[in-house]
Amino acid sequence: MSSSNAIETFELRKVYNETKVAVQGLTLQVKRGEVFGYLGPNGAGKTTSVKMLLGLVHPTSGSAYLLGQPIGKLSARASVGFLPEHFRFHEWLRADEFLDLHGQLYGMSKADRAERIPKLIELVDLTEATNRRLSTFSKGMIQRIGLAMALLPRPALVFLDEPTSGLDPFGRLLVRDVIRAARNEGTTIFLNSHLLSEVEVTCDRVAFIRQGRVIRAGTIDELSGGLVRVRIKLDEISDGLLAELAQWGERVEQVSDQEIEMNLPDEARSADLNTWLVSNGVRVYAFAPHQLSLEDLFLQIMEAPTAEEIAA
Amino acid sequence: MTSQAQTRTMPQAGLTSRPHIGALHQILVIARLTFREAQRRRLLWLGLGLGIVFVGLFSTGFYFAHKECTESGCLAARSGFGDLFANTFLMAGLYVVNFLVVMVTVLTSVGTLSAEIDSNTIHSIAAKPVRRWQIVLGKWIGHALMLMLYAFLMAAGLMVAIYIISGYVAPNPLGGIAIILLEALVTLSISMLGGSRLSTLANGVVVFMLYGVAFIGGWVEQIGGALQSQTAVDLGIASSLIMPSEGLWRYAATLMQPSNPFALGVTPFSVTSQPTPAFVLYAVIYSLAALLGAMIIFTKRDF
Repeated sequence: MSSSNAIETFELRKVYNETKVAVQGLTLQVKRGEVFGYLGPNGAGKTTSVKMLLGLVHPTSGSAYLLGQPIGKLSARASVGFLPEHFRFHEWLRADEFLDLHGQLYGMSKADRAERIPKLIELVDLTEATNRRLSTFSKGMIQRIGLAMALLPRPALVFLDEPTSGLDPFGRLLVRDVIRAARNEGTTIFLNSHLLSEVEVTCDRVAFIRQGRVIRAGTIDELSGGLVRVRIKLDEISDGLLAELAQWGERVEQVSDQEIEMNLPDEARSADLNTWLVSNGVRVYAFAPHQLSLEDLFLQIMEAPTAEEIAA
Repeated sequence: MTSQAQTRTMPQAGLTSRPHIGALHQILVIARLTFREAQRRRLLWLGLGLGIVFVGLFSTGFYFAHKECTESGCLAARSGFGDLFANTFLMAGLYVVNFLVVMVTVLTSVGTLSAEIDSNTIHSIAAKPVRRWQIVLGKWIGHALMLMLYAFLMAAGLMVAIYIISGYVAPNPLGGIAIILLEALVTLSISMLGGSRLSTLANGVVVFMLYGVAFIGGWVEQIGGALQSQTAVDLGIASSLIMPSEGLWRYAATLMQPSNPFALGVTPFSVTSQPTPAFVLYAVIYSLAALLGAMIIFTKRDF
């Protein structure tokens, strides 16, 4: 176990009722101070993984460490913030009372709570709602007060499970800003989100999980391996042309009557393809290569067979 | 709201080491939360308000009944009849108080664990540096304090009213109240045991059914005692072992009724098959075991 990692898991596994495998064997390292995106389709085991790390679900086997301490140790949890996915709070509390309660559970002193809570409420733009009960809050406001709760103990590590669901664009921008500010202070952020565009702009590294296993992890550049996606507009698209293009790259898709998108191994290859099209008499109206987006990567990685599937 | 991407900074940045958080601290935080929830949701005030109305109605009824009997001379007709009259009234009132305490216990505590699990509210609490058993114990203490306050005020209110109107003081008033409080704690513990595993609805059904079994069993035992049917008495004892609530009420009633010839077999609250002090000890152990079970189950389960 390395002390430079905020999270380490070794073959962490969860099986419900001895039959339903939620997490097959999670092995993962998240470095201290990074913003880490945790991605996968519905039912991949993302939320169960987070719950195991936070002690809400007991692992069937395997081991895991938070901030260098075995999961379940209370001293580690005192430095961990968490915004749950299906968050519901004690809605009869006022916003300041709610944060005060959680501050007490974190063992913060009264003076510390009195100083920090107003600042966090301001951080999430809820100053005017400080004395309002949570039952009167909109979903977005609840999300933001939840974010303040997650940041309350000056955490070394924060788990944000779908932090932007239910937020309008302003709210999403706010969350993004808060994540960046926290990272600048050295906080490790574990971000579980379906909004790939959010993950793309905020995360240093990502892991793709499928059937409860990490199938790829790294920076977006590392994961794309130099691949570029190119969008080509032509005067007409024939089956013969599509077959020819399939030999140049992968994931050839006709996106409209005149447009094709496909992956190429690198930018040099895209220049060669452009030259080849023109020299073969194909009229090219537009040729736009761009780096693979996280969504492109997600689809590519999720659609590819795993090593186990290939072996089978 | 405007973007403050360049200017938004974390307040009081930097990691701090915090002293060890004691178990008692966490338990008291949860207990205060539970108490405050009852207060904020107006459960406490409604309970106390309606309790005061009940005590007021009871006092008014007793006042006029006592006055009527005093004026007609029936209370002076036989020695000790005035005490029996007041005691019967008091036991009737306490019987209702006892029933209300059990109902309030079940209704306030039945979802204290299960509803928070169902709504996922528990996620934000259980992920904190707090042990699961501390959550259960904190909630138990919060509910227990609230119920003890409620039961004590109601029972003491009736006794004070009886005393002011007639000058009568029941035997062992504090002992009787203590047993009624114990009954509330037994019900609370069993409700929390169910709530640690079952849904709120299922838990409510189970606790009320257990109370029903104990209630019927208590009457079977009383009738069996009067008819000298050992089988019926044994059935009643078995039901009291399954759920000691009714047995505790009978013990409390025994404590608070005078041991004179008028009491035995005369009033509706007379006890023909009397629980022993060992039964009270059993109820204490039963309550603690249920609480311990709730802690263990709640600790082991997944959310």
